[in-house]
Amino acid sequence: MNVPAAWYLVLAAVLFGIGAFGLLTRRSALIMFMCVELMLNAVNLTFVTFARTLSDIGGQATVFFVMVVAAAEVTVGLGIVVAVFRRRASTSVDELSELKG
Amino acid sequence: MIAALSYSWPSILVFAAAAVLVLVGALGVITFKNPVHSALSLIMTLFGVAVAFVAQQADFLAAVQIIVYAGAIVVLFLFVIMFLGVDRKEHVHVEPFVAQRPLAALGAVITVGGLIALMAESHWVTGVKSVSTVGTALATGQANVHQLGTAVFTTYLFAFEATAALLVIAVVGAVLLARRERVLSSEEVDE
Repeated sequence: MNVPAAWYLVLAAVLFGIGAFGLLTRRSALIMFMCVELMLNAVNLTFVTFARTLSDIGGQATVFFVMVVAAAEVTVGLGIVVAVFRRRASTSVDELSELKG
Repeated sequence: MIAALSYSWPSILVFAAAAVLVLVGALGVITFKNPVHSALSLIMTLFGVAVAFVAQQADFLAAVQIIVYAGAIVVLFLFVIMFLGVDRKEHVHVEPFVAQRPLAALGAVITVGGLIALMAESHWVTGVKSVSTVGTALATGQANVHQLGTAVFTTYLFAFEATAALLVIAVVGAVLLARRERVLSSEEVDE
């Protein structure tokens, strides 16, 4: 008998927490993007677990689309990082403060 | 859940391997000072998630996970890191906001604890199969790629076409963003 879905759900929750903590504490835009990837993967793992447990292919189809959107997000995000780096020579998000009142 | 001995040893072993890969990799991503090390750590996590996918009958997604995430996205990350030359150490000990790290830790713990409590409260999963008429049942004994392909190209066809448009827009946007702005010379401006 396969391990219960609860184990994988807890693993996904912990992975999401680690990603969220990294996103909140790291200052480099590149690392923050990686943390977003961690959180997306945690959600993907949850979807696949529920697809297995509920015996519904819809969960796996959703993961497929999440992966496509994540790829698009990373492409545009890294494009923005490159564009910002051209102007500031830094990827730290703390230096992007022109709009500060 | 407590009586672990009632589950087959291979599945427990696979879960343990996936969990170790995922957690060690994730902790590496947020602790390494060098972005290159973080990116390599991210590959470890993605492999762990792929192992978990295989263990849960998502064979195609596991392959896509390795090819797209570990193969393309992390390479893109590494390419940008090296292209920008930011592979020097970030000053992680600098704390720009007062008590930012404890507050972030508190928020993360509350999120994880809340998620686990919510799932435990709802008895994780009741064991009832999905009654959705939209989705196709995850049949055992049928190839995973066949099932997923059928679902994506019939039920989710519109979403599939929309993601195709999204990818084209993202590629054009990325090229536009990363393009070096051409400085017009004075002759060109006069014209």
